[in-house]
Amino acid sequence: MSTQPAADVDAGEVDRLEEIARRIRVELVRAVNHARAGHLGGPLSAADLLAALYFHVLRIRPEDPDWPDRDRFILSKGHSSIGLYAAMALRGYFPVEELMTFDAAHSRLQGHPDMTRLPGLDMSTGSLGMGISAGMGMALGARLTGRDSRTYVLLGDGECQEGEVWEAAMAAARHGLDNLVAIVDHNKLQQYGWPGDGPDGRIPPQVPGELVAKWTAFRWRVVEVDGHDMAAILRVLAEAGRGDGRPVAVIAHTVKGKGVSFMEGHYFWHTRAIKPEEFAIAMADLGEPLPTGQGAPA
Amino acid sequence: MTLTMGRPMREIFGETVAELADDDPRIVMLDGDVGSSTRADIFEKAHPDRYLQMGIAEQNMMGVAAGLATMGLIPFISTFVSFAVVRPLDQIRVLIAQTGLNVKITPGYAGLFTGQTGMSHIIVDDMSIMRAMPGMVTVSPADDVEARQVLRWAAAYDGPCYVRLVRDATARFFGDDYRFEFGEAVTVREGRDVTLISTGTQLPRVVEAADLLAADGVDAHVVHVPTIKPLDVAAIVAAAQRTGRVITVEEHSVIGGLGGAVAEALAEHHPTVVNRIGFQDLYPESGPNDALLEIYGLSAPRVADQVRRLLGRS
Ligand SMILES: Cc1ncc(C[n+]2csc(CCOP(=O)(O)OP(=O)(O)O)c2C)c(N)n1
Repeated sequence: MSTQPAADVDAGEVDRLEEIARRIRVELVRAVNHARAGHLGGPLSAADLLAALYFHVLRIRPEDPDWPDRDRFILSKGHSSIGLYAAMALRGYFPVEELMTFDAAHSRLQGHPDMTRLPGLDMSTGSLGMGISAGMGMALGARLTGRDSRTYVLLGDGECQEGEVWEAAMAAARHGLDNLVAIVDHNKLQQYGWPGDGPDGRIPPQVPGELVAKWTAFRWRVVEVDGHDMAAILRVLAEAGRGDGRPVAVIAHTVKGKGVSFMEGHYFWHTRAIKPEEFAIAMADLGEPLPTGQGAPA
Repeated sequence: MTLTMGRPMREIFGETVAELADDDPRIVMLDGDVGSSTRADIFEKAHPDRYLQMGIAEQNMMGVAAGLATMGLIPFISTFVSFAVVRPLDQIRVLIAQTGLNVKITPGYAGLFTGQTGMSHIIVDDMSIMRAMPGMVTVSPADDVEARQVLRWAAAYDGPCYVRLVRDATARFFGDDYRFEFGEAVTVREGRDVTLISTGTQLPRVVEAADLLAADGVDAHVVHVPTIKPLDVAAIVAAAQRTGRVITVEEHSVIGGLGGAVAEALAEHHPTVVNRIGFQDLYPESGPNDALLEIYGLSAPRVADQVRRLLGRS
């Protein structure tokens, strides 16, 4: 929750987006609980960023998902698909009820995003490290075809261990793609990670400052933001569009599992089945308490 | 035939490699950040000093494994099939397969049972790819009993090998007296009308299909082929001779995997009509395990239906 919206950001808009982020969390926890499959920690950490992107930043037309002049968005950390689906459903790409088909057979909402099935997905992802390369292609393509569309790519911090991320970072800087914005959901946890004296005996995917130093060394313009402070996110993303000949990396400091008390900061909530009593706590944490006596509607 | 469930192969993986490492200090585990899924975490608990987290960086992991092998170590690889085969394919080819280095590519999440993930994780052409690569042997165990033995064999085998393991618990087919022999096919049911050849965890479903077919008067001969490469050509020719008709069944693409291997061998050594049941030229979707087996025609009743149709019995 942001305490004081900056003067340049409309307070009402911040409230609206915070409520949307809350609804994204509610819907994604419901869908994962219903499917008995899927990821939780990563989608929850990205919910505020997704709300800002889909409801404020991206120039898109949900009723015309293939609109050629739209901005592009790629969820490079494709395992957080359910967060993206929730944002897209709330934005009007498809009915919110369809979220309950997540991971079911014949669903358009595949475990990892499949652009051949769901209109509005700009790229298929799920194998980490690839989205940023495709995003670079879109940014380059926009330039070559004379479009002013921007391309936003959301990566995980664990994902930034993939060599391909740095191949894309190198090449995008070479091409001076200032219409490309990489947002790193820096929640300080990956799936399992290195053993050490961090929480639950695992340590973060990077040491403090490492991501900023790396993207800077690859000649990107780097900005840091609290990825749960809506006003700050809006300010940073507005500024990210101001081209100076360099691609932009937004390092968003987040908490894995954000919004659900018992998931926050624990690597093992990366993906795990929710027990009925846990589901009830999660819903209460997210401001949507279940009617008393009701467990998980599986 | 009623079978009990076996233990998930991924648990067998973590446990068996840990046990092997008790006696062999050369064994190390390289993990691509999925030890909590592949159960390399069991190995990590037993041998923390020989559990080597490599991060989400599979291409590098394969290269590191090659380097470790040159130093006399025996690396086992922990990741998912898709990220063990296609992501680092060039590294495998240049650094591991052609060099003959002693790296054990032993990923989990083979076939459809990947915990509802989708096309990025469900890869059904892994055997085709690995089998085609010169210098790479390919093994696909049927259940937890066989998986344990295959892993023990892999540790003793001097050279690169590909062993595909399954995430979720599947039916246990073999008894404790079963002995896996590298490169040998196993006749698991004797019959006269048609030869069904299968591999991996499809085997129990094929044997169940054979029982369903028996009720219709079709006497199926069933052969299990755990080693896809090198293929047991003599056993396959003998099984083809016995019935004059071969149908392969695999939870894998019909192009280049078991079906491809069997068709190639029989075309050369004993021309026989071969039909191949498995994935056609497509990318499977995500969904619950049982639903996927139905959709793709791999449940026992669906296999029996297809066999009947192929034999003109329906
Ligand atoms: C190439 C590849 N390797 C491994 C995986 C398995 N995997 C899925 S999510 C994940 C951890 C990702 O961590 P991070 O990028 O930090 O995501 P977040 O914490 O935001 O969920 C791993 C290893 C994968 N999907 N793709």
